[in-house]
Amino acid sequence: MLSTPDYSHFTTKDYDKIYEPCEDTFLFLDALEKDIQFLNELKPEIVVEIGPGSGLVINFLAKHLKESKKILFMATDINKDACLATQKTSIKNNNDINILNCDLLSPLFDRLQNKIDVLLFNPPYVVTESDELGSKSLPAAWTGGKDGREVMDRVFPMLNNLLSEKGVFYLVALKQNKIEDIELALSNLGFKMEILMNRKAGIENLFILKFDRKINI
Amino acid sequence: MKLITHNMLTSKILKNVVTGYPLKIHAVKAELKKADFQPDFIARMIKKIDYKTLYQAAETLGYAEGMPKTEILNEEDMNNEETLKKLHEVLLEIEVIEGDLECPETGRKFPINNGIPNMLVNEEEL
Repeated sequence: MLSTPDYSHFTTKDYDKIYEPCEDTFLFLDALEKDIQFLNELKPEIVVEIGPGSGLVINFLAKHLKESKKILFMATDINKDACLATQKTSIKNNNDINILNCDLLSPLFDRLQNKIDVLLFNPPYVVTESDELGSKSLPAAWTGGKDGREVMDRVFPMLNNLLSEKGVFYLVALKQNKIEDIELALSNLGFKMEILMNRKAGIENLFILKFDRKINI
Repeated sequence: MKLITHNMLTSKILKNVVTGYPLKIHAVKAELKKADFQPDFIARMIKKIDYKTLYQAAETLGYAEGMPKTEILNEEDMNNEETLKKLHEVLLEIEVIEGDLECPETGRKFPINNGIPNMLVNEEEL
């Protein structure tokens, strides 16, 4: 079993500002552990996470991928406190993560074209009113708007441009996000979906989805 | 912010900006942090970056000495251990801790605090 990165540096006070690692986070780690052999064989060169929050997920890969010293890790978060938290977690775990405070991948979009080998996204997936969107602090971690889809739906059309030929995309989603509909949307964009894990945790029926290209580019 | 990150950033998200690249660096505080030298990693990364931008950025920070002064690196440069070591230093070891990044077209400044660039923009700027 692969160990969870050390996040003992956070206190309850930090969780007023950043998303506290929760069932979704740990299910994501379990799914990546299940896929670790695949990820090592993929030999990724650039690994990017959108919205790392506490930084646990990207630090998990930086810690456990075999050749992680030969991988460029980048993370972007709209919440400044989440950026600082990810930085703290990477220092604590002796990893090297390049962090940016921005909306999704906006400042990287032009220069990372077809370069990302692994893209990770645990999006704000909670179904909320659309007018609750737009936060640049803690609520940005969960407010998903209509069907909990409004933020992740902005990422889907970028995938074809961002992912490398062998690139894979890991996404956390809820049943309420309409998994079949996500599958269809991504299929139309040229990606096939695999349900890597599914777990009911309290009121949340969580899925870890994995996408890769149907045909090479 | 390491120069490998700077190499990938644009301000194109701003309204009316055409390329927004490269962003000008104004460093108030920069540090050199030692990192493990992985020659094959550097050789692979160098193919993914814009060398001219890296050179200019290193020059701005006073670290260009020892870098090949060219627009594109040739095979010989990429097989030269000394060159790769120098590129390792400028790509992965120099870190801008405080300062800002400036959009080359609009002059809009993006602050860098605690080594993290703030590339957030307001809705009116989009």
